[in-house]
Amino acid sequence: MPLLSVDDLTVHFKIRRGLTRKSIDTVHAADDVSFALDRGTTLALVGESGSGKTTVAHAILGLNKPLKGSIVFSERDLLALPRRERRAARRGMQVVFQDPYSSLNPRMTVHDLVSEPLRVGTRISGDALRDRVLELLEMVGLGTQHLWRRPHEFSGGQCQRIAIARALALSPDLVVLDEPTSALDVSVQARILTLLHRLQEELELSYLFIAHDLAVVESVASAVAVMYLGTIVESGSTETIFNDPRHPYTLALLASVPSPDPEQRSAGAALSGDVPSAIHPPSGCRFHPRCKFRMDVCDKEAPPLVERLGRRLACHLPDEFDLTADQEAARAARATAVVEEEPRRRARPRPTEATAPRMRRRW
Amino acid sequence: MGKRATAEQPSASPAVAGADTGRPVLQIEDLRVEFRSLRGVVRALNGVHLTVHEGEIVGLVGESGCGKTVTGYSVLGLLPKPQAQVTSGRILFKGEDLLTKSAKEMRALKGKVISMVFQDPLASLNPVFTVGEQISRVVRVHKDVKKKAALEATKTALQATGLPPTDALLKSYPHQLSGGMRQRVCMAMAISCGSAMLVADEPTTALDVTIQMQILKLLLRLREELGVAQILITHNVGVAAQTCDRIAVMYAGNVVEEGPTAEVLKRPRHPYTLALIECLPQGKTAAELKTIPGAVPDLITPPAGCRFHERCAHVREICRDSLPTPVEVARDHWTACHWVQETAGGGDELGRGAGGEAESLVPAPAGSPGPAPAAAQPAEPEAGDPSTSSEEA
Amino acid sequence: MSMDTTIKGGGAFADWRLRHQSGIEESRHNVRVFFRDKLAVAGLIVILATLIIAIFAPYLAPYPEQGRGDSDMQDRLQAPSRDHVMGTDQQGRDVLSRIMFGARIPLIISFVVTAGVLLVGVPLGGIAGYFGGWVDEVVMRITDIFLAFPALVFAMALVAFLGASLQNVALALVITWWPWYARLVRGMAISLRERPYVLAAKTMGVSHFTIIRRHILPNTLGPVIVQMTVDVGAVILEVAALSFIGLGAKPPTPEWGLMVSEGREYILSAWWLSTFAGIAIFGLVLAYNLVGDALRDVLDPRLKR
Repeated sequence: MPLLSVDDLTVHFKIRRGLTRKSIDTVHAADDVSFALDRGTTLALVGESGSGKTTVAHAILGLNKPLKGSIVFSERDLLALPRRERRAARRGMQVVFQDPYSSLNPRMTVHDLVSEPLRVGTRISGDALRDRVLELLEMVGLGTQHLWRRPHEFSGGQCQRIAIARALALSPDLVVLDEPTSALDVSVQARILTLLHRLQEELELSYLFIAHDLAVVESVASAVAVMYLGTIVESGSTETIFNDPRHPYTLALLASVPSPDPEQRSAGAALSGDVPSAIHPPSGCRFHPRCKFRMDVCDKEAPPLVERLGRRLACHLPDEFDLTADQEAARAARATAVVEEEPRRRARPRPTEATAPRMRRRW
Repeated sequence: MGKRATAEQPSASPAVAGADTGRPVLQIEDLRVEFRSLRGVVRALNGVHLTVHEGEIVGLVGESGCGKTVTGYSVLGLLPKPQAQVTSGRILFKGEDLLTKSAKEMRALKGKVISMVFQDPLASLNPVFTVGEQISRVVRVHKDVKKKAALEATKTALQATGLPPTDALLKSYPHQLSGGMRQRVCMAMAISCGSAMLVADEPTTALDVTIQMQILKLLLRLREELGVAQILITHNVGVAAQTCDRIAVMYAGNVVEEGPTAEVLKRPRHPYTLALIECLPQGKTAAELKTIPGAVPDLITPPAGCRFHERCAHVREICRDSLPTPVEVARDHWTACHWVQETAGGGDELGRGAGGEAESLVPAPAGSPGPAPAAAQPAEPEAGDPSTSSEEA
Repeated sequence: MSMDTTIKGGGAFADWRLRHQSGIEESRHNVRVFFRDKLAVAGLIVILATLIIAIFAPYLAPYPEQGRGDSDMQDRLQAPSRDHVMGTDQQGRDVLSRIMFGARIPLIISFVVTAGVLLVGVPLGGIAGYFGGWVDEVVMRITDIFLAFPALVFAMALVAFLGASLQNVALALVITWWPWYARLVRGMAISLRERPYVLAAKTMGVSHFTIIRRHILPNTLGPVIVQMTVDVGAVILEVAALSFIGLGAKPPTPEWGLMVSEGREYILSAWWLSTFAGIAIFGLVLAYNLVGDALRDVLDPRLKR
């Protein structure tokens, strides 16, 4: 039984305007997302902005209201439970966010920050509370001298460790890591990833790792789900996906990662155009406007996510199709192409997952 | 870095070692910058040397606080006035020292001859003006032309950055465009007057990976088609690896290693560069990741001598007292490190090997601490055995 | 920053100092920044002096009984002299003593009004901003209604309705001022509620009101404090204004605004009646404004680190 199993998760946000808060448009942030996370493993949710990965993470954490679908955690469907019980059912999951500084209340001391989950979820107090906090700090490589200091006195890496200590306070089974190292320097990132790895082994944790940095994903995750514009396009074991990508988007994504080995010049098959709007997603397969290999059926029917070729894949291209073969031709064709798209006429500011549902005019 | 025998004068000959791309366009010599803050004086730049040749893309790579952005800002004269002070050094642009120029003279250069592109394209564009207006404005400020000519120049610039010069685009406002397009607009603005040099400060950090690739390709294209020399400031080694001809690695206010990209990344010599590459997740599992012990030093009370010595696996006595001077370890590949000097040059710590005083290739930078600089003999390309470096990491 | 891990002396105090070392350091730093502004320091001295005078008026005033209200018709309208440094008023009372006794009023009222405004406005703003939706709409419409009234006119109407007295003035001011703070805090709460640390708290299961109390409101303190210090000056002015037109303090209360008003008919002959009281108002309000400006600099996040 996987620890976490998400099925057909759909989250839409309504954009409301005016005094009556009438709904004008809907942001299709996530549609029919399904994946599973096994105990003790790390599943990475990968995608660029607008992919819906943060929305899915927030849905799992209970920070938004999915339209439909199920989130089965420790064998209980969180969305089917009455409100009262959901909080209790979610006790086994915690979160670490991307920006180390804004994920910690700047006015609170490290002690108060790390003990907050304990104060909410248990009856521990006083000295026992402090001892538990110290225990947690030690696990992440911090000490007594840090106990009464405030976040701004620490470096980014240390803040992230405080956030991790906080996440471990209630001994969770699942930790959702939302781009935990994106805001950190390379050397600090290495430290944090090493720490997370060690904690995973020692405490038998499972991680849902949201990221856009594929190099990091390849290092830490045993399974990957690639998202594009609210849907999963491909998912499977890290090895399979990275060594033998079958979805054109996955291929483009992998090709776009600049390798620090200068002799490995990126394939140059840069993906053209920009991510389309989630308010009016393209018909059929959402990736079709940017897909080199698109066929007629692609703009009519959305391909279902099915078990194929040792992974789950949502694409109309047949099994035998070799994506890499066409690279040369495609590259030659694109070599001198300019970006053709007109700027999208957006009368409204572009919604992101974090600012929806309350749309604010940007000044 | 790159203080060659002709350090005092920009080299007129295109045959300067390593500069197979042309004459030096920009030469930063011994740049030292301090910031006055409430807690004290931050010694942000501690003697930065950097050279960019015509048509070259130089990557300035380092982690936060290393001073790469400060260096970029110094070139453009964008340092915040009361707090920041350039305490020594020169920034020679085509032979003229930018630091001695008046604000007025700099204004004539900025945007016209040297331009800059920043990390957040939305913040770099004025939200109340259309794209067309903003770019045309830049043209009209620098060139005395009429509206029509400015419009033509605007369209040319947009086309050069891969954007269709349509009316629709010219009339759009920044918030109506996507991140990638905005960055292209910023770059169009930067090259609209035919700049010879572009400083790009983390131009793709705020962009998605697939868009990033497009922008990097654009930088390369600008170099190919317009011959724009560039400094690409980034903390992402991959970005630098794929785009730059040369890389300068910075740490805590100094350039610690510099050279052709492939050379520096495949045969790194400075302990910091070595360690940094070890930290990259590429091709490693989480268990295999290495880390660098310690933390970046506080630049208000920086360590004496080499600023990396407290975290260095190869630290020597001399490292604590004297700032190492750049030494050429392979063709056009320079490093400022005492350990490298020792192992490369053999002999005693000062590099004076059997055979007498080593001929100094590098005149002492003004005010450099420590004994008379002794440069190692230019080492043969594979001397300084890659295997010794990797065993330490 | 050096971390003090050894505290001299033991016991509860040492423990308190340890727990709050971060806050203590921050306060020390703030004080240092504040003291760099010489004008603000001058303002602070004025405020402290006023406070001392207000508290010790009975001992400091040369003619305490007159300060309280006793008249001495023999001595009326005396020009400033050695006996009466600021002269005497139309009832023969020593102006200086009256000013000293009158210092209590602006200080007490401004404190009461500020406390009232913060207690009402800040939580309401926090709740409105945090919950959004209909809660926000309801609270904001109410504040909009209050904000639509010109403060002084509204206060006048209220006081006229309830009867002229300083207590009613205080009440009227609280009612007209609280919406500004509600709006200020609501604006901040809207952006704060999206912060990751608030999301983290929600994930932990912290209740909404605890989140508001622990995570939202404390982080609105800075701008609120600054706004408050500047507003105190305005409150003092409004109290004086209302008393000036007869809707606040009643004679023989030595309220400065009232004194200015009472001295109006004598302004050409016995200028000292109104003038010194006017200067006192001016001085105290200016002092608060200078201090407020410096506080803004202290709390300005851009200067930190």
